[in-house]
Amino acid sequence: MPNLTLVQAVNDGLATVMRQDPSVLVFGEDVGPKGGVFLATENLTKEFGEQRCFDTPLSEDGIIGTAIGMAMNGLRPVAEIQFQDFIFPAFDQIVSEAAKLRYRSGGQYTAPMVIRTPYGGGIRGGLYHSQSGEAYFCHTPGLKVVIPSTPHDAKGLLIAAIEDPDPVLFMEPKALYRSVKGEVPEGHYTVDLSTLRTVEEGDDVTVFCYGAMVPVAMKAAAKAKEQGISTHVVDLRTLLPLDEEGVLEAAKRTGRVVVLHEAPRFCGYGAEISALIAENVIEYMEAPVKRVTGFDTPFPNTLEHHYMPDERRVLDAIEQVHNF
Amino acid sequence: MTALAQVIDAQGAVVGSLPSLDDGRLVDLLTHMLRVRCVDQRMLKLQRAGRVGFVGTARGLEAAMIGSAAALETADWLWSGLREGGAAVMRGLPLAEYVAQMYCNANDTAKGRQMCNHFQHKGSNYPSWSSVIGTQIPHGVGAAYAAKVQGKREVHAIYFGDGASSSNGFHSGMNFAGVWKAPCVFVLVDNGWAISVSSREQTAAESYADKGVAYGVPAVEVDGNDVLASFAAMQAARERALAGDGPTLIVLKTYRMLGHSSSDDPSKYRSDEEVAAWEALDPIERFAAFLAERGLVEAGAVARIEDELYAEIDAVIHEQEAAPPMALKTLVEDVYSDVPRHLQRQYNEFLRVAEVHGDAQPGDGAFPL
Repeated sequence: MPNLTLVQAVNDGLATVMRQDPSVLVFGEDVGPKGGVFLATENLTKEFGEQRCFDTPLSEDGIIGTAIGMAMNGLRPVAEIQFQDFIFPAFDQIVSEAAKLRYRSGGQYTAPMVIRTPYGGGIRGGLYHSQSGEAYFCHTPGLKVVIPSTPHDAKGLLIAAIEDPDPVLFMEPKALYRSVKGEVPEGHYTVDLSTLRTVEEGDDVTVFCYGAMVPVAMKAAAKAKEQGISTHVVDLRTLLPLDEEGVLEAAKRTGRVVVLHEAPRFCGYGAEISALIAENVIEYMEAPVKRVTGFDTPFPNTLEHHYMPDERRVLDAIEQVHNF
Repeated sequence: MTALAQVIDAQGAVVGSLPSLDDGRLVDLLTHMLRVRCVDQRMLKLQRAGRVGFVGTARGLEAAMIGSAAALETADWLWSGLREGGAAVMRGLPLAEYVAQMYCNANDTAKGRQMCNHFQHKGSNYPSWSSVIGTQIPHGVGAAYAAKVQGKREVHAIYFGDGASSSNGFHSGMNFAGVWKAPCVFVLVDNGWAISVSSREQTAAESYADKGVAYGVPAVEVDGNDVLASFAAMQAARERALAGDGPTLIVLKTYRMLGHSSSDDPSKYRSDEEVAAWEALDPIERFAAFLAERGLVEAGAVARIEDELYAEIDAVIHEQEAAPPMALKTLVEDVYSDVPRHLQRQYNEFLRVAEVHGDAQPGDGAFPL
């Protein structure tokens, strides 16, 4: 089995589907001959021609708007937004159109499409190359929101997203593009879009995380183990729809929960996890849910390593809920 | 600025070259225009009676919509802006579905989820508009690109108003279509008003047709109250698109005779004189005069056709009044292809309360969880 980086796994996933399904098109800014600013689409134009992998004019609203029309007329578009920070001109098309089309037409028209976009900090990208916008989109019924954290999941979830009958926002943790490597099966396979992944089993504290925060949680869990605390680490990976049963099960298992994300805290994804637990399994809880997140500020530049949750802050939270 | 293309003038006299339409199709165009007007009249009546919530009429726009859409073939798509429901009826939307959509009742193919005046008809490739202005423009371009790469012989006619020419969707749609040479036609219906903002205040360009230049999209300016000029412009643009020569921008100059909707009072922002000047250019009277002059309809034909249409429309309205209420489960259906677990739970929780209060009907039962 080949050992690939996360971005290579994305590339492999795209090529695998494009070989099997001629209706799959890949397009966006600089995705053609250049292969994308992160090389996620490298060699696709070469293999599939410029009608199936091509550069568009520089307009996110145009990229997503035309992708919707393509999806309505028989294609499976995979549109790239170069950085999630640039997705907001297309917010209207995603939220008002793609997400609502099936519902407003009573199922007569649908938009099976994928929007791939790198997100998150850790690359010294400052305010506009670092944000994690999942909460905006998870608040939008009709969308699916997926974030992989391993090369295996990146390929399998991406193929599942492209084959899904509904629009999927596929957020790629750019900090992990080349920093994680793993075995990736060759050819076609999918990873289910509504099941979380248990990264490591543990009995004392449960940590919920996703994307680039998964390795951070694992490092903190290793440190906690040195102190005799056994941590149960859960990669949510499909944020919408969420595997609610899986979350409640994992929360009940330890009765002590930390939720971890790099996006700002207020109305962030962690609030939903916390509320879900409070509403359904509070009688199992031994400690209040603790959130470890980015600050409620714009994303900084030189101090980004302090803004982003690191293993020390996660370990501290694990200790707090453990010792409560 | 291009000259305004005309085939018949305000009195119905031929001033341009007639498109090749046989006598039967010419008379049909009159009937289609009259159906638009009669349906609007009935819908306004229903709105005043409190039976439907909102009516956006097409009075004054009948020639622009019917003439241009009549040049499309069945396989073509019509991407609607707001007021093209009458064109959809001409292309195959059953009147019963049109009225059901106005009532937002259980016969509505959109399951009553959109407010009135948001028609759709999959059978004739007519997706509904969303209400957000201009968003359908890039959809039509993307769908046209899809037709091109799949080798489908179809054209995408994208309708929008003068207000929408200021939207992001217009800019990105025109730009992408020009770059891609997409087989689409942009139909800018300049009806004088975007709710209360006059089309002269919408842009500093001398003509809306000038906007095509920046995108490399040829543009024509047409008398939109002339059904035959509207037809001819679409026919030429359609042929151009099919030949692989790319998109065309058609500007149909016309006038919205009534308010933006039944909730709007246009006397607050425009003069009676302006409206009266356009009344004299009525698209239906002009075309009826042309047909009568050629002996294709008798004197008084308009009144006869209207009577026939009202009988047809009233029968449909009568039938749609009796539609059953919407099933409660439609609250959570069609958000995704399947109802996900969290929506099943939300519905079941809601249903427990609805059942206590007697709101639930047979068939509204809970999801097995």
